[in-house]
Amino acid sequence: MNHTELLKSVQAEKNVNIPDLFPGDNVSVHMKIKEGDRERIQEFKGVVLYVRGSGNDATFTVRRIASNGIGVERTFLFNSPRIAKVVVERHNRVRRARLYFLRERTGKSARLKQRF
Amino acid sequence: MLKGLIGKKIGMTQIFDGDGRAVPITLIEAGPCFVSQVKTVANDGYNAVQLAFDEVKPKRLSKAELGHLKTNKLPPVRTLREFRTNKLDGINAGDEIDASVFEVGDFVDVIGTSKGKGFAGAMKRWGFGGGPITHGQSDRQRSPGSSGSGTTPGRVFKGKKRPGRMGNERVTSSHIRVALVDSERNLIGVQGSVPGAKGGTVMIKAARKQ
Repeated sequence: MNHTELLKSVQAEKNVNIPDLFPGDNVSVHMKIKEGDRERIQEFKGVVLYVRGSGNDATFTVRRIASNGIGVERTFLFNSPRIAKVVVERHNRVRRARLYFLRERTGKSARLKQRF
Repeated sequence: MLKGLIGKKIGMTQIFDGDGRAVPITLIEAGPCFVSQVKTVANDGYNAVQLAFDEVKPKRLSKAELGHLKTNKLPPVRTLREFRTNKLDGINAGDEIDASVFEVGDFVDVIGTSKGKGFAGAMKRWGFGGGPITHGQSDRQRSPGSSGSGTTPGRVFKGKKRPGRMGNERVTSSHIRVALVDSERNLIGVQGSVPGAKGGTVMIKAARKQ
């Protein structure tokens, strides 16, 4: 086996509970959270800002508006075993790969049009 | 059993630990290693174990090297390294050592030869600040500055940090955690980085500072 194959062989398998994601998708990420010896599911709901990387290093970033209109962005690894599932609630029509412009917008102007 | 191995650096990646946390690791192909000689105070003046690693074609070695390995019926190998240790009980020449001597959670020192950087300036080699960028300065942005005082002492002190050859020297990464052991394929994954280029030879020992 060559070096690349050896490295691949120790990396985690792709998390099968994550579908293909695209920038602009409204998603709900279900994270497994450990509290002591109990495990519970935490939801993180928002818009996919961008998807980057490939293979073992691929991540996606979700932006959600928390209380008081404060934006919270969280980045997840596609291979992470801590993600129970990702539900895509809506595909939206966007014209770029990285939706950084959403950071300056709130309320009505931060809406995206649904894609059918 | 000797807590030491010779290995080959394969590269870096990330894996997930039991809690699902991503851990950056350097993968090392470590073994199978063979004990090619046991050195004792009585015989050699000091205690050490010599390990052999990385099988090659016999024609790559000199007759002397082949003869040395043949005394213990070992295959021809590229690398021989000594590990100083005083615990020689149960270690015999000809023994095979594989990656299972280390466990996940152990702390190890990894010794390798750092990547050569060539002739490097004082900023890169010693972390000097360089010269001012503004105030009418010219040609001084990466200069090392003054090398000492004037008439007293009238010379530059020995060991003054100056530009020169950087890298390509023995470097130890101390006290790093073993995050993965695959004794079947003799793979060890240590947390964080390890000196040297991919394919470089490294020594793995139990950590000196526990």
